[in-house]
Amino acid sequence: MISILRRKNDTQPTRRLCIQVLRHNPADAASVPHLQAFEIAEAEGMTLFIALNEIRATQDPSLQFDFVCRAGICGSCAMLIDGRPGLACRTLTRDLGTTITLAPLPFFELIGDLSVNTGKWMRGTSERLQTWIHSSAQTDLDALEAPMEPELAEAIYELDRCIECGCCIAGCGTAQMREKFVGAVGLNKIARFRLDPRDDRSNDDFYELIGDDDGVFGCMSLLGCHDVCPKQLPLQTQIAYLRRKMAVIGLA
Amino acid sequence: MDVIHTDVLVIGGGLAGLRAALGARKRGQKVIILSLVPPKRSHSAAAQGGMQASLGNTAKGAGDNEDIHFEDTVRGSDWGADQEVARMFVHTAPKAVRELAAWGVPWNRVQAGPRDVIIDSQRVTLTEPEAAHGLITARDFGGTKKWRTCYVSDGTGHAMLYAVSDRTIAEGIPVHERMEAVSLIHDGERCYGAIVRNLISGKLLAYVARATCIATGGFGRIYQSTTNAVINEGIGAAIALETGVVPLANMEAVQFHPTAIFPAGILVTEGCRGDGGLLRDVDGHRFMPDYEPEKKELASRDVVSRRMEAHIRSGKGASNRFGEHLWLDITLLGEAHINGKLREVKEICQHFLGIDPAKQWIPVRPAQHYSMGGIRTDAHGAARGLSGLFACGEAACWDLHGFNRLGGNSVAETVVAGMIVGEAIADFCATPEGDMHVSTALVRDCREQENARFADIATSRGQESASVLMQRMQAIMSEKVGIVRNGDDLTVAVDELKNLLLRSRQIGLRSSAPGANPELTTAWRVQKMLKLALCVAYGALQRSESRGAHFREDYPRRDDAQWLKRTLAFWRDPEQRVPTLEYENLDVRHMELPPGWRG
Ligand SMILES: Cc1cc2nc3c(=O)[nH]c(=O)nc-3n(C[C@H](O)[C@H](O)[C@H](O)COP(=O)(O)OP(=O)(O)OC[C@H]3O[C@@H](n4cnc5c(N)ncnc54)[C@H](O)[C@@H]3O)c2cc1C
Repeated sequence: MISILRRKNDTQPTRRLCIQVLRHNPADAASVPHLQAFEIAEAEGMTLFIALNEIRATQDPSLQFDFVCRAGICGSCAMLIDGRPGLACRTLTRDLGTTITLAPLPFFELIGDLSVNTGKWMRGTSERLQTWIHSSAQTDLDALEAPMEPELAEAIYELDRCIECGCCIAGCGTAQMREKFVGAVGLNKIARFRLDPRDDRSNDDFYELIGDDDGVFGCMSLLGCHDVCPKQLPLQTQIAYLRRKMAVIGLA
Repeated sequence: MDVIHTDVLVIGGGLAGLRAALGARKRGQKVIILSLVPPKRSHSAAAQGGMQASLGNTAKGAGDNEDIHFEDTVRGSDWGADQEVARMFVHTAPKAVRELAAWGVPWNRVQAGPRDVIIDSQRVTLTEPEAAHGLITARDFGGTKKWRTCYVSDGTGHAMLYAVSDRTIAEGIPVHERMEAVSLIHDGERCYGAIVRNLISGKLLAYVARATCIATGGFGRIYQSTTNAVINEGIGAAIALETGVVPLANMEAVQFHPTAIFPAGILVTEGCRGDGGLLRDVDGHRFMPDYEPEKKELASRDVVSRRMEAHIRSGKGASNRFGEHLWLDITLLGEAHINGKLREVKEICQHFLGIDPAKQWIPVRPAQHYSMGGIRTDAHGAARGLSGLFACGEAACWDLHGFNRLGGNSVAETVVAGMIVGEAIADFCATPEGDMHVSTALVRDCREQENARFADIATSRGQESASVLMQRMQAIMSEKVGIVRNGDDLTVAVDELKNLLLRSRQIGLRSSAPGANPELTTAWRVQKMLKLALCVAYGALQRSESRGAHFREDYPRRDDAQWLKRTLAFWRDPEQRVPTLEYENLDVRHMELPPGWRG
């Protein structure tokens, strides 16, 4: 049987959407944060990417937001969608009510309207946590590569899938209170490199990086991160596991 | 005036730019990278299927080597490629994969013993050799004799980009994010860096560098229907063109990917077909074997895309309210395979189509995908026309791909080119030519000129709308300069684009928001994109033959006697309305593999 697109019933009238955007332009001294409402007609298969671009093209060319891949892969377009962190590009309007409220991700530096500087934060976190393979081995590029168990490679990829969108930080209780908290994104990266046999670092080395309240012991296990992660990374189990490992080092 | 000095300025933080930066840095150069977005958000992250390198570890890759990879690449290019570059490339690709493995890319690995795969819609058991257990595995891709495409599930580009980007952080190379190069600083002979616009504040800065490398990716956004990211607007290539002395090569060579989801244009990887997926029509009939009995769904991309369009034109397309399309069926691969090796595809189908690809067919139609053309360079990345300027990656045309690129050869190209061009930049910096005597007046003038351009747009009372012109350009390109081309359509397209270029000088803004007003940004970019579109359309109009992805229904054959040539497009006079085209011959005497049947 040929399958077809999930389709809206043709008899249903087109919805009018009211999209409320929390606007503020820090470059403009006169700007104050305020909600601005835009009305548009919903179209079939409409995503927030399509809706916001339509608003910018036809109603307000100054509206700021960030999209890059528009396919849920690059992590640029995280924002609060009706209060919940998510990727705007792959959010279909048909899954939302007729009034949709959009706000920038909290916690990150605001660039303007829905655009925030996640890149700067992520680079800083990477530098702090040294999120790269530390290896003293010289690689001979002409020799056969070192073998790795197929399941291990897959397990590393599972954690490598993070797209640094910032949703986990926006959904995190600790991050709201502790400015330096590395968040699930940071802890997941440590878990990723810890799992990787190509990285020489020991548990002691990792403890140096995350063995405090700005690291793994700052997590209050509220699991906001786990619920909002658009890549459904196993954050809950990874953080719990890491905490146990690090606690052992701390006690020693 | 804000001036930043560095040895090497790399414009672009995708795979190519980052890898080139690492090469130059390793040789002791001070390097700064510019990027429109945080580098990990570059479009390299979207590469799904994989990277070609002839490791030959798997049962279906056994016996693979550089020679076979070379032949596949040259045939795929329809003999448009530079064979010296192709040789160097196939030789370096295995090294690049291993370097990436050392940097942490979790390549999928060979599992020794029997495993079931789908080949030509049949379930087949392959036995992977014991000795290869744990080595880097590979999948099948179109146009290749062996299974050669190394992969990380279907997130290969993501894993590669993160590993290389993390490497640049390890080396302490700064990336100036949300910065757009808006013109090159040059005196007609030597390049001294770039004028750069801060996309947060809207301010212009000068970056003065001994060597400048453009690695800004493709220009798919001149098309309406494209798999490319919204930032792939080709500004890097356009600012090279606007120097008047640097040519863009083979701009008419544009690749269309067979399987973009319809209508959103988001790609689902060739790995779907490589792993056994099938194309079906409105009747559920698997039609590719009717046209291509040997290679079927895995013929070259240009061939599959053309067959699909022809099949739709013959009335066999399925349709929904957005128009006609065909089906990609991967249900036969089974849920486990899809969940493990095609998970991005699964997510895309869920989120954008509301379907489960393990149970339902995916609506697809070819969309613009890749720019074979770009800034003309030599085999080591030095740009033609300006000393001190280099280019690599999709933005460049050192000419690995000729008129059609093989799937998996592009991410491979980015890192290989990064390795080679990074060294060439360091070599250049070590020579007397690499020294620089730049006049401050020149730097100031370049900046003032750019400032004036932005101010002109911002204060114009013109009546034209940037987004209207942009949409019109994109529509023309998709309708008239697409998969199947002909002289009449191309003539109309060129005329209309010329007209749009004139109109683009009359753009007026509706908003004057302080900071980097997005409307101003679009208005400024569309003028540049129109020049690129004209290079593509005009080049396509002049090339009266069919080669690779450039298909002319009025000249359906490849014509080596007349057209074994590379197109060079110049924009010497800012007032000219079409590019000046020149041609360089491909020298058959230097070809290892002389022109023949593509197979
Ligand atoms: C959906 C999709 C899937 C793909 N899958 C595969 C695959 O499986 N295998 C394969 O081999 N190839 C694949 N490709 C092709 C391949 O991914 C690209 O060709 C390649 O990644 C391009 O890399 P790049 O470094 O040249 O450019 P990009 O990754 O596009 O990076 C360009 C960089 O330049 C910056 N930039 C652009 N303009 C400016 C400017 N004016 N100033 C400053 N910075 C600028 C951007 O911010 C960005 O950092 C795919 C392409 C697409 C679109």
